[in-house]
Amino acid sequence: MIPAFDILILVFLVITAVIALKVRDLLSATMIFGIYSFLMCLLWAEMGAVDVAFTEAAVGAGVSAVFLIATIYNTRRRSSD
Amino acid sequence: MDFLRTSVIPHFNYWIYVILMMIGLWAMIGKNNLIKKLIGMSIFQTAIILFYVSIGVKTGADIPIPAHHAHHDEAAAGAGAREEEDKLDPDAFANPLPHVLMLTAIVVGVATLGVALAISQSIHKDFGTLEEDEILEKIKASTHDG
Repeated sequence: MIPAFDILILVFLVITAVIALKVRDLLSATMIFGIYSFLMCLLWAEMGAVDVAFTEAAVGAGVSAVFLIATIYNTRRRSSD
Repeated sequence: MDFLRTSVIPHFNYWIYVILMMIGLWAMIGKNNLIKKLIGMSIFQTAIILFYVSIGVKTGADIPIPAHHAHHDEAAAGAGAREEEDKLDPDAFANPLPHVLMLTAIVVGVATLGVALAISQSIHKDFGTLEEDEILEKIKASTHDG
């Protein structure tokens, strides 16, 4: 575990989480949520949990984003808040 | 300043875990759009996984995979190899038990998200909107008529 790297990623995690929930365009929110998942993946690789990092990269950043985009394609892209 | 040095910096993972969990909870309760609520749910789940993975971290520890011993010849395999494995220092590796538990939690999380998004699409087909207040208004109007 590298403390400086750890703190940097954790701060960026909170920033991306807040932006993903604040953006009104749902497609942008999905993309920023993908960045959040990828930062989580980096954090786990850095903390020694390489198996969890693999799964998060494939499932969290990949499949979740595809599901969200498919739902937005079938519904509406705008959000009221 | 002393509080920052003794309590915040050494346990920074846990502070961020609490903050992320509260962000997710706020999104699930306070947001109006159903997709935003689901993104909040995912943030909540990853925050809990962050807590569990942080438990397994040890200072100066490596990833939980023992290094391959190249000098180990074929004849000394068997009992010799078992002795070698017994000599591995557990403090040199991160605890893999929380990692394995959280592997399952990630998969369950994406399954939950998939089902929730399918229900959202079905709601959009019925009500023509994903905003919570508009859906509640339409439900109220339809029960008032019938």
